[in-house]
Amino acid sequence: MATANKKDTMLRVDNLVKHFPIYRGLFQKQVGAVRAVDDISFDIKRGETLGLVGESGCGKSTTGRAILQLYRPTSGKVDFDGVDLVHLKGEELRRTRRKMQMIFQDPYASLNPRMTVGAIIGEPLIVHNLASGKEVEDRVKQLLELVKLNPAFSSRYPHEFSGGQRQRIGVARALSLQPSFIVCDEPISALDVSIQAQVVNLLEELQEQFNLTYLFIAHDLSMVRHISTRVAVMYLGVMVELADRAGLYESPLHPYTKALLSAVPIPDPIAEAGRKRTILEGDVPSPANPPSGCRFRTRCPIAEKLCAESRPEFREVTPGHFVACHLVK
Amino acid sequence: MPDLLLDIKGLETHFKTPDGIVHAVNGVSFGLKEGETLGVVGESGCGKSVTMLSVMGLIPSPPGKVVAGEAFFVGQDLLKMSKDDMRHVRGAQISMVFQDPMTSLNPVLTVGFQLEEPLMLHLGMTRSQARDRAAELLGMVGIPNPKERLNDYPHQFSGGMRQRVMIAMALSCSPQILIADEPTTALDVTIQAQIMDLVKRLRDELGMTIIWITHDLGVVAGLAKRVMVMYGGYIIEEASVNELFASPTHPYTLGLIQSLPRVDQDQHKKLYSIEGLPPTLYQKPTFCPFAPRCKWAMERCWKENPVLETVGPEHRVACWVDTKTGRNR
Repeated sequence: MATANKKDTMLRVDNLVKHFPIYRGLFQKQVGAVRAVDDISFDIKRGETLGLVGESGCGKSTTGRAILQLYRPTSGKVDFDGVDLVHLKGEELRRTRRKMQMIFQDPYASLNPRMTVGAIIGEPLIVHNLASGKEVEDRVKQLLELVKLNPAFSSRYPHEFSGGQRQRIGVARALSLQPSFIVCDEPISALDVSIQAQVVNLLEELQEQFNLTYLFIAHDLSMVRHISTRVAVMYLGVMVELADRAGLYESPLHPYTKALLSAVPIPDPIAEAGRKRTILEGDVPSPANPPSGCRFRTRCPIAEKLCAESRPEFREVTPGHFVACHLVK
Repeated sequence: MPDLLLDIKGLETHFKTPDGIVHAVNGVSFGLKEGETLGVVGESGCGKSVTMLSVMGLIPSPPGKVVAGEAFFVGQDLLKMSKDDMRHVRGAQISMVFQDPMTSLNPVLTVGFQLEEPLMLHLGMTRSQARDRAAELLGMVGIPNPKERLNDYPHQFSGGMRQRVMIAMALSCSPQILIADEPTTALDVTIQAQIMDLVKRLRDELGMTIIWITHDLGVVAGLAKRVMVMYGGYIIEEASVNELFASPTHPYTLGLIQSLPRVDQDQHKKLYSIEGLPPTLYQKPTFCPFAPRCKWAMERCWKENPVLETVGPEHRVACWVDTKTGRNR
């Protein structure tokens, strides 16, 4: 990872909102909205890995997709290298997309079963008019080698590969346009334990080689601790805490982060036996009808009256450590 | 051995597929003591679920078939029992909780009806007795307003709540053994922590004997007393939980434990990874199934399949190599 230009911000997200409307009735009137992402702001620095964690339905994948404009944000700003993506359209947006790519969660659903591996990896090059004919073939072979697959595999179909190998194909496709920023949306959660380490090591090697910037979306907090430079925690569409790796894991401030960390099992029976867990009561409320004030208050072990009245501001309590909680001093 | 509640000997299960016979379980033997919690760990396709389904007589046949072995439960061989007799064991004396709480409940019947059914069938209760007991069970697994919730359908419960219903159902006839097949894999970590907390409480209150199947070594570390590691349809290592994590002996177990990042430790170095892929099981291997991925593999490993040998108190390993010296054990 390049440490020289660490301060350089690559992506800045300001007050990002993404609501999915709910339609009901004969005339499909809008009756409400799923507030998947509700006013979040953060930045990603060049060359870093920002880990984005939270439980299912917290809006972490929506955030990733809204940044890449795969979902058009309801409001807010996404500034990528000085360009506001939200207002980009057509050809301009398409050209900017070369620089930002995505690796998907499900390696079985994200590869077209009727295309050969070579066609899958080469397609972005053809679509963007960057290469043709023999050039594409050569580049595909190069990319396959880069992700440690046999270049001769380019004529095979996705079903001939295991989950881990397919995820490597997905990585090769994402790299084909030489992007600078990649959104990794749960890239390892569908893989077996022994294969996860292989893919994570590959992602780290590639990052070093090409000075890539990652937004690493995951629910596995142990792996996020391993791979991230900084980590952001989301709950029900809002960001509750953001800090560097050590700050978040060693001294978490938000009660949700604390509970989340204490819930992660540790593969060590002695450490497990000595742990005190904060067990959260109940389930995550519906994002279509979130609680007033602080969204975590209904499950928060320390909630007070104030928490129901106003939404806590996402503020910097120590340099680089942001938290949204009324009760954190 | 009279003190074993369940005694499995030489279990072998095959599946006929268009591509050939899959050797899913290849001679598995183990015992289960009354009151203990046995963790069964392994990756997808290692045979951990198929082993338990074979014991329960739940292998779909065709294509599956238990081709050899014995499974003694209180003096009777479960594999030789008639279908009718087996129905009296299943649910009443040995019960199972499955991975997916979304699909294991019938969506068109109320939760109450589904809970009452086994009570009336196995224990001969009347409808009203069963109803009272069902409400009691729901209360026991921590579902608020159990009496009212009996009339609800599965879709009205969240994932975590459905898994609680499944546990209540499995415990309804006070079984001697509870087999849990990845019951928390589909759940978020905070909900997983709730369920594990519940299982630990019920285990201590009711003195249950549990077999817990999982791929998550962290879950095993927090719950099990004894652990079996499976690979390619074989048990490759078995030990008490403390022994297994303190001195993992099989190269696969060793690699698996080393490849896991921990949420409570900062290790920003390259993850240890086991190269290669799990075996396909189309042939019953004549050599060690892990040899192709093992960095210690010697000539003997390619010629003979190792058998489980005792290497310490209650510690068995199937490997020809002593990983400390790299030589023949």
